[in-house]
This record gives sequence, C-alpha cells and structure tokens, in this order.
Amino acid sequence: MNWQIHLPALVLAVPLLGAFASPVAGLGGRATRNAWMIFISVLTTAVCIMLWQKVIAGGTAVYVMGAEAWNITLPSGLSWPVRIILEVDAFSAFMAVVGSIAALAGAFFSLRFMDRFTGLEKFSALYFLLVTGMLGMQLTGDLFNFFVFLEIASVASFGLIAFWRDRPEAVEASFKYMVISTISAMFILIAVGFFYGRYNAVNIAAVARMLQMGYAEKIALVFLVVSLAMKCGAVPMHMWTPDAYAEAPAGVTCLLVAVSQASLYGLFRVCFSLYGASLGSTVVPWTIIVMGVLSMFIGVTMAVIQKEIKRLMAYHSVSQIGYILMALGVGLLALRDPQAMADYGFTAMKGGIFHIINYTMYKGLLFLTAGAVFYSAGSRNLNELGGLARVMPQTTFMFVIAAAAIAGLPPFNGFVSKLLIYQSTFAVYPLLAVAALVTSVLTLASFVKVFQTAFLGPAKKTYENVTEVPASMLLGMSLLTIVIIALTLFPGWTLSHLVEPAAKALVDQAGYISAVMGGGL
Amino acid sequence: MTGNLPFLAVGIIFFMGMYAILFERNLIKIAIGITLLEASANLFLIVLGYRTGGSIPVFTLAGEVRSMVLPTPQALTLTAIVIGLATSALLLSLIMLLYRHYGTLDVREIRRLRG
Repeated sequence: MNWQIHLPALVLAVPLLGAFASPVAGLGGRATRNAWMIFISVLTTAVCIMLWQKVIAGGTAVYVMGAEAWNITLPSGLSWPVRIILEVDAFSAFMAVVGSIAALAGAFFSLRFMDRFTGLEKFSALYFLLVTGMLGMQLTGDLFNFFVFLEIASVASFGLIAFWRDRPEAVEASFKYMVISTISAMFILIAVGFFYGRYNAVNIAAVARMLQMGYAEKIALVFLVVSLAMKCGAVPMHMWTPDAYAEAPAGVTCLLVAVSQASLYGLFRVCFSLYGASLGSTVVPWTIIVMGVLSMFIGVTMAVIQKEIKRLMAYHSVSQIGYILMALGVGLLALRDPQAMADYGFTAMKGGIFHIINYTMYKGLLFLTAGAVFYSAGSRNLNELGGLARVMPQTTFMFVIAAAAIAGLPPFNGFVSKLLIYQSTFAVYPLLAVAALVTSVLTLASFVKVFQTAFLGPAKKTYENVTEVPASMLLGMSLLTIVIIALTLFPGWTLSHLVEPAAKALVDQAGYISAVMGGGL
Repeated sequence: MTGNLPFLAVGIIFFMGMYAILFERNLIKIAIGITLLEASANLFLIVLGYRTGGSIPVFTLAGEVRSMVLPTPQALTLTAIVIGLATSALLLSLIMLLYRHYGTLDVREIRRLRG
C-alpha cells in the first residue's frame, strides 16, 4: 500500500501526462478530448487533496527524483543533497489544493466557452502544462527546479494569453507579459547562480542551513524579491496584470489567478524558509508591506474608473494581492520576536494565508462570470451591458456571492480573512489597517457599480435573445461558488484545519530544513 | 585580477541587455536585449563553475588530473539554454504577429491596451 509515498511525483506526473496526451485525445474527436480534459483535471485535484491529507497526517513529505529510493535525501553519507528533491510541507500542499481546484473550475468552464474555436487540443495541452508549472513551483524544494517550473508555467501562459491570436490586443498583452516574465526568470537564474557560487548547492533546505548574510546573499535577495513581486503583479510592476487577465480566455484567467499565487508562494518560501531569521533588518518586511499597501490602494483606485468588466476585475486582483503581501509582510516583521509573533504576527499570517484561498476562489469565480457574460451577451463593456439579471439568473446569483465575498461583507469568507488582517496590521501601524479598510470600501463601490450597470436596470432590446450559459459552464462556476459558501459557513474549521497548519509550516524554518538535511540545525 | 574579468563581462552584458529592454523602441531590439540578459545569466553560471586549469568533468575522459571544472553549472546552463531557445522562438513569433496586426515594430504605436 505504499503507492502513497509517490504522491508528490504523481501531482506533477498526472497533468504532465495530460498535457502531452492531449493531442492524441484530440484525434478521437470532441467528446474524447473533453472527457480527457475533465478526467485529468479531476484526477489532479484528487491527487492534490490526497497529498494534502498525507502531509497533514504525516508531516512534511520529501521525494527524491531519480534516486534508487524515494526518501534518501543524502545519498552515500554526503552532507549535502545532490538530486532534485520535491519537498511538500503543509503550506505547499495547501497551495497545491487551492491551485488545482481553480484549474478544475477553469477546465469545466473552458469546455463550452472555447467550443467556438479551433486548435482546442493545443489549448488543453497548454492548459495542463500551465497546471504542471504551477504545481511544480509549489512542490519543489530546489531553487533551480523552481526556475524551470516557472519557465514552464510562463511559456504555457504566453501561448494561452495569445490564444485568440487574431485579436491584436491579445498578442500585445502576451508580449508584455512575456517581456516581464522572461526578465524575472533571468533574475531568478542569476540569484540561483549567487547561491551556487557561495554554497555549492541549489537545494532550498541545504542553502538555508548554511546561509549567512553577506553581500552575495543580499544581492540574490533583491533579485528574488523583485522578480517574484513582478511575477505576482504587485505595484509598481503591475502593468502586465490588467492586460493579460483581460485578454486571456476566461477559463485561463481563472487559472492565471492561481498561477500568480504560485509566484507569491515562491516569494514567501524565499523570505521565510530560505532566509528566515537571518534576514536581519526590517528592510525586506517593510518593503513587502509598502508594496502591499501601494498595490491595494493603486489597484483599487484604477479599478473604480474602468469600463471594461474583465479589466476592472484584473485591477482588483492587483489590490487583493496587496492584502496578502501586507499580511505576510507583517508576519515576516514579527518573525524574530516570539512575543510579537504571538501578539499579532501569527494572526497576520493566518489572515494572509486564508486570504490566498479566498482570493483565488472568488476572483476565479468573478472572472468566470465575466466570461459567461461575454459568452452570452457578446460584450465586456459596462456602458453597453444592462438588465442581464432577467436573462441570466444563475450567473447573476453567483456573481453576487463572489462580489459580496471580495468586498468583505459579513458573513462571507472575505470578511473573515480581512478582519484577521485588519486586527493584526493595526497592532503594527494603525495606518495600514486604515488603508486596508478604505480599499475594502472602494472594492465594494466598484462591484456595486458592475452589478448595477450590467445586471440590474431595464431589459435592453439588444439583449432580448440572450440566454443562460450552458450547463458545463455553470458547473465550473458553481464549483467555486460551493467552495466559497463552504468557507463562509465553516470559517472555524477552515482556520484550524487548512490555514493554521500552513501558517505553522511557513514559520517553522528548522522543520523545513531538517526534513531534507536530517535532524540537528 | 584577471580571474575576475569574466564577471566584469557578465555585468557589462547584463546592463547592455537591461538598457536595450528599458530604452529601445524597436521590438526586435527588445528581443535582442532579452537574449543578452539570458546570455549574461548563462555566462555567470559557467564562470562560477570554472576552475583554473581544470579538465572536463567526465570521469572516463578526464585522465590523470587534479582538478575538474564543476559539472553542475554546466548542466544548469544547458537547461537554461534550452528554455531560452523556447522563449526566444515564441518571442519572435509574437513580434511577427504584432507586426502583422499593427504594421509597425515601434512600441510607441503598439498600445491599444492602456488605462
């Protein structure tokens, strides 16, 4: 019964097989292709959830690729690891579960949404490559391997953003994203070079054990923070986000939201597990907090003035990323001081990690509803849309739930995580909590605007023949809706079972190191 | 001193690439900047692994030598080169599509997405 030890590798192997077998499945016609896409997505989600259960029950899972045995991290009595190691702690497993649920919803949605277009076997191949890249970034315990998976995810997402290549805007958005992510990938490679030059190792745990702050480490840290913040779309490197999110097909945007979380994961893995307490000064935590506040505020103010529904939501992603950055920055600030950690730091971490799952779920759902509106009504312009609640009642219902959740209305899940963030950031610096509250109000304002203009109002002549979207698209949306409602109804269970283990794993640098390097720090 | 010259070259190539990406207006020149950035990262890795007077890191071919060049950076660089090839190919094909749509390679004129 020991197939379960191979779960970390299976999480990557299943979508990778799905990607490369997609063209073969495409030969069998439309039904085979769709069945294959759903089968692989469901299987990936199932494997991710099993991996999460295993990690919660049995502690950090380690998997050595290409060795005789899966668990010998230090072969032949060496004192440093030589092979590629996957290392899955509760935080990685949590991120993998969140990402795979978003990927499943996006896959269901894409079946009918993309049906009007050709080249769909290529679409599903790229889609699963993107899933592989995302999960790989979250599971790997190796810096260079992180770079490789980042590039896999990037290259797949360039293709998916420019999937409608007859639209000049899509190609333009893809090009912008490509320049940004290639630069950030090269920065990461240079940072890996610095670590290799100093420590002859690229394994995160091995480097973390030997790490001593010097010039090379500081330069590498700057490269890593800048590039990963660039990839997750924090202000001032956010200009690719609205373009890419707005121009990608809706199912892909749902997945891209989860992929940006993988970069965020990388940022916090570097800050907490690689550098940890040896960060020394408070410069890096405050940089992350300031970036978070700027993202929150600039993102939401740009969103209020948008007229295009998906672009508006994309600017909200920038602002929601800001919440997570701010919360985890506060956690990083409190890392060296056990008293501060107990007072507010751990609450902030819980808030931030809870916000990651909330954000991925409701933001994915919002992009899917925007896609549904575009599918049925054929427009994304808020000046043209109107009265859609009459013809698309289910979509409207799900939009209202997602909008209430993102605006942080009680009792929705967004309220819980935002409350945790307000409480903890207030203890550090009251203005942070004020900025977060103002952002929340503006978020509510702009979603009231979308709801009022697109869904309410008198029925328009042009939209008389609009009907509700097909069942499989509704299924994709309702999957995310169910997750949101579950998170809303059981915040206590979520906090104690999903969020707290993840936050503890992130803080526990010694545990992360000893899982690979053996006991004794 | 001369041992550090390759690192100087890495720095110069890196900043040339960054300059091209940030200040050039032609898409092809931006693409060249990105490949320069890749080249500097690859050169950096290779130089890190070099040992003066070292031989090739293949056990059966090295013969009787004291020191070998480090093999890991070479493996890393090979991977990075392959990835760089994929990115460059995609980058150039996107530039081709952009030229077809907009009829220009000037970044100042390719901006339908704004605000």
